[in-house]
Amino acid sequence: MSTPRQYELVYLVTPDASEQEVTDLHTQIEQIVQRFNATLDKTENWGRRKLAYEIGHHREATYVVETITGTGELMKEIDRRLRVIDQVIRHLVVRVDEELRVAERTRDSRKANQARRRVARGLPPEPAPGESRGDHDGDDDRDGMEVQR
Amino acid sequence: MSDERGGRGRKKDDKDKGKDGPRRGGFFRRRRVCKFCAEKIDYINYKDVRLLAPFLPERGKIQPRRISGTCALHQRKLQTAIKRARQLALVPYVTD
Repeated sequence: MSTPRQYELVYLVTPDASEQEVTDLHTQIEQIVQRFNATLDKTENWGRRKLAYEIGHHREATYVVETITGTGELMKEIDRRLRVIDQVIRHLVVRVDEELRVAERTRDSRKANQARRRVARGLPPEPAPGESRGDHDGDDDRDGMEVQR
Repeated sequence: MSDERGGRGRKKDDKDKGKDGPRRGGFFRRRRVCKFCAEKIDYINYKDVRLLAPFLPERGKIQPRRISGTCALHQRKLQTAIKRARQLALVPYVTD
C-alpha cells in the first residue's frame, strides 16, 4: 500500500443540479473515501459562481472543494468516478502536502533569519508590534504633519 | 573581433542608460519589487482569484516578469497557480 498524502479535490457541478444532488455527490465521494480507509479533512461549498469561460454551454457552476488525506489509488478511483458522472462538468485533483511543507519551511527559515539578524543588531529576536517598516498608522503618509495642526 | 565590437556596444549602452535610463519611454517607471517577496506570501493559492487577477491583464495572458517585477521563483509558482485556476474556470484562458 502506498503512503497516504494530502490532496485537494475541486469539482464543478452543473447549475441545473439541485442542492440535494450536490449533497448526494458529496456523500458518494465520502463513501469512496471511507472504503479506502482514508479521511476527508475538510469540505467547502463555494455555492454558485460565475465561470470565467463557458463549459458546455454553462455560464455558472457550483464549486465544491474537498481536502482528503489518502493514497494515490483512492484519488485515481475518485478521478475515474467523477469523469463518468455527467453532473460534474469539471474537476481537478492537486497534491498539496508537498507544497504546504515547502511554504512552511520557507516561512520558518525566514523567521529564523530575521531573529538571527535582529540578535546580531542587539535587538530582541521578535519585532515589537508597530515596529516594522511596513506598518502605518492607517492615515495618509504625511507623518510629522499632525503635530503642526 | 566581434567580441570587441560587442563589448564597445555594450559600454555605450551603459552610458546611455546612466543618462536617461529610468526615463526612457517618456515616463518614470518606479523600481518594481516582487509582490510575493514583499508581502511574504509563501504559498500561492490557485483558488485565490483576487491574488492572481493583477497578473492577468485584460487579454488574459500571464504578465511577463519584466513587467510585473515578480522574482523568478514566484513567477514559476504563480504560473502553476494560474494554470490550475484556468482549468477550474476561475480565471480565463483568453478574453477578446
